[in-house]
Amino acid sequence: MTEEFLRLERIHKSFVGVHALKGVDFTIRKGEIHCLVGENGCGKSTLIKIISGVLQPDSGQIVVEGRPVASLGSAATTARGIHVIYQDLSLFPNLTVAENIALAEVKERGGGVVRWDEVRRIARAAMTRIQVDLDLDAEVGELPIGVQQLVAICRALTSDLKLLILDEPTSSLPKHDIDNLLAVVRDLQKHGIAILFVSHKLNEVLAVAERITVLRDGEHVATLPPAELDDDRLVSLMTGRTLTRKRFTFSDHAAPRVLEVRGLSKANNFEDVSLELRAGEIVGLTGLIGSGRTELALALFGISPADRGEIRVDGKPVRIRSVTDAVAAGIAYVPENRLVQGLVMKHTVEENLSAAVLDRLLGRLGLVDPARRARMAREWIQALGIKVSDPEVAVQTLSGGNQQRVVIAKWLAASPRILVLDGPTVGVDVMAKADIHETVRGLAARGMAVLLITDEVPEALGNANRVLIMRAGRIRGEVQTAGVEPEELQRLVEARS
Amino acid sequence: MSPLQDRPGRGAGAAARRLLRQNETWLALLIVVLCAAITAANPAFLTYENVAGFLKSCSMVGIMAVGALIVLVLSGSPDVSFTAIAQVVEYAVVVAVMRWGGNVYAALLLAAALGVLLGLVNGVIVHYFRVPTIIVTIATFNIYFGMLYVITRGKLINSVPPPFRAFGNTLLLSRVSALGGTYGVSLMTIVWLAVAVLGWVILRKTFVGRSIFAIGGNEVAAERLGIRMLGTRLFVFGLVGLLSGVAAVVHVSIVQSVVPNIIVGKELEVIAAVVLGGASVFGGKGTVLGSVLGVLLFAILNNGLTLLNFSSYWYSVTIGVVITVAITNSAYQQLRRRRARVHVKVEA
Repeated sequence: MTEEFLRLERIHKSFVGVHALKGVDFTIRKGEIHCLVGENGCGKSTLIKIISGVLQPDSGQIVVEGRPVASLGSAATTARGIHVIYQDLSLFPNLTVAENIALAEVKERGGGVVRWDEVRRIARAAMTRIQVDLDLDAEVGELPIGVQQLVAICRALTSDLKLLILDEPTSSLPKHDIDNLLAVVRDLQKHGIAILFVSHKLNEVLAVAERITVLRDGEHVATLPPAELDDDRLVSLMTGRTLTRKRFTFSDHAAPRVLEVRGLSKANNFEDVSLELRAGEIVGLTGLIGSGRTELALALFGISPADRGEIRVDGKPVRIRSVTDAVAAGIAYVPENRLVQGLVMKHTVEENLSAAVLDRLLGRLGLVDPARRARMAREWIQALGIKVSDPEVAVQTLSGGNQQRVVIAKWLAASPRILVLDGPTVGVDVMAKADIHETVRGLAARGMAVLLITDEVPEALGNANRVLIMRAGRIRGEVQTAGVEPEELQRLVEARS
Repeated sequence: MSPLQDRPGRGAGAAARRLLRQNETWLALLIVVLCAAITAANPAFLTYENVAGFLKSCSMVGIMAVGALIVLVLSGSPDVSFTAIAQVVEYAVVVAVMRWGGNVYAALLLAAALGVLLGLVNGVIVHYFRVPTIIVTIATFNIYFGMLYVITRGKLINSVPPPFRAFGNTLLLSRVSALGGTYGVSLMTIVWLAVAVLGWVILRKTFVGRSIFAIGGNEVAAERLGIRMLGTRLFVFGLVGLLSGVAAVVHVSIVQSVVPNIIVGKELEVIAAVVLGGASVFGGKGTVLGSVLGVLLFAILNNGLTLLNFSSYWYSVTIGVVITVAITNSAYQQLRRRRARVHVKVEA
């Protein structure tokens, strides 16, 4: 067995009223790829903060390379070669690649003076270690997120790195960038650097991990090699429940066509797209990022209208030049990045829920009637099972899954005929994901037509009766999901024309 | 393996493109065009005497602009109290020199010390109470300026002690004009230049300077990196106070009288020049060169409009238009860059 780098024994940590970690044992071996998974609130973040020295445990022992240490202060962890890359990457968007990589090291060296040739040398050396070649003078804020992640990794490499902790590294990355990241990670491993992936969902990372540790409610549930885990086992370990996975089926071929699109085109976005949705149908739309699928959704919802083509709702032609047109036609859209496009994060749950339908909540004098608004919010919170203590709290305090449900509820309040969901489960944990799928199926059962845009092939197969495949701005195929294996669909998605 | 799918170009072409994207390049071009146009209308504009004159008259604003820039980079929110600090310092040093004597260097030292003290108050409040800089400095502006009037009752000082006058009248490379007067590069302009060079060195070559940019770009990340937040903030606000003190001495040496409300009100012009110079109102971006060019552009506009016999109100109008164009242009560039990223290659 390889040598241990870090060992945590019986770690306890409490915050006011919450026992976040209840005697957790945890080890990381030198040069190992380890994956730490668990639902939101299971104690992952607390554990990471203890390993990275941001928090001190209430009790328990920390052993680094065989020697017990009292606690890990922030500075001490860097000295011991432990580095965390947070989900937000902690980069400086206004600074160049070179400076982002080298700043920490320049600070360590001290002296107060910044020598730019040294900055470049440090940055270049770090890039060489993972064999990437970035423009040192590019401003980081203008780089795609996948490249930014590489910058963050390079920064970690400027110190004598022994353990790299990646917090939710893949949740915002397209598949291509995930593959790159995993290649870089394997490369680091060859240099004897241990990697700890932290995740709240099941993903590609599991494929490269040597061991997977599951936390639940502040307790260590299991540490297993991936061979002993499949998705269902992992979910039940994480949640303590078993998920029933039943594919969505649709057989009412006489159902009315709610949405018909013919020859829809938009220059530099998509070309000659035709599709139809029947009432009660969930149709998947998948394709790589940059295939035009999100652009198609934006056009259907009038955010960036199409140049040409025909859209019919309930058989009647409609012109969609703006969001107002789309809403009037009965189309609702739940965007991919709910944080940016779907919600006003600082506003309350109630305000967000009512934002699309304020005109229906008017009282006398044409002002919004607070009582009606509160009633409406309560109804939707109940209908979609949004976990919130009080509709008056800011949406930003909710978990990802609940935020997503608020967005969905907000548009459902406008009682649309057609619901376009763009990546509805991006960044939410396993149980919340299952809940959202359940909600969407429930909506279809009530006669809504759903267009489900997703990156995840299993999500499309499990929840849609048909899947449209988009590639390079065109719809290149249609698959009836019944009996199709995920591998088959994945091949079709990735195939080149 | 090459994980880079989207690499901006490099080499000479990329360098040229980068240069064209620099705000300073455009600003410098604009200044050249403006100078040419004004000179064409009135040849008196581009003469040694006139240029040296307006370089002297805008040296106070220029010195303040360096301080305003550094705060804006740090906090993405402007300091508006530096004119009140300068006003207080100006009165105090003149009274001190009148009462106890002393040369201009003693006055500069006292001005710097008092300025640092008043600036640090801003820094402490901003750091410990996490209040946006503009809010804190609106408050301290009123406290400082109000106290000045309470204590002095707004009394003017018509004639300042000789050391200030001598300092303000010092010329380098002086020449005698046709009318018998002398003109040349004012020492005040040299002070501005020295402050600008100092600001450039701090922002560009020192770790504290880079910390200022880091905090301005991503405060949380800067804290995680172990950058000293309190130290950096106190440094910045102390420095702004110091520069306000220097600006005050420069100002009183030029105008050679103390009117206790003459500097106050200039803060918007200073901040406008800095923003025109490319500093981001969201923090983390800006250069000393840009702020110098911004100040110059305003000074040229002011001087040019006077030479062309326009009413001074046209100066306000022009400043407003220039700022609007500058800000909408930079916002538009940002929008365009974001849009450019959404682009699907459609197959034929």
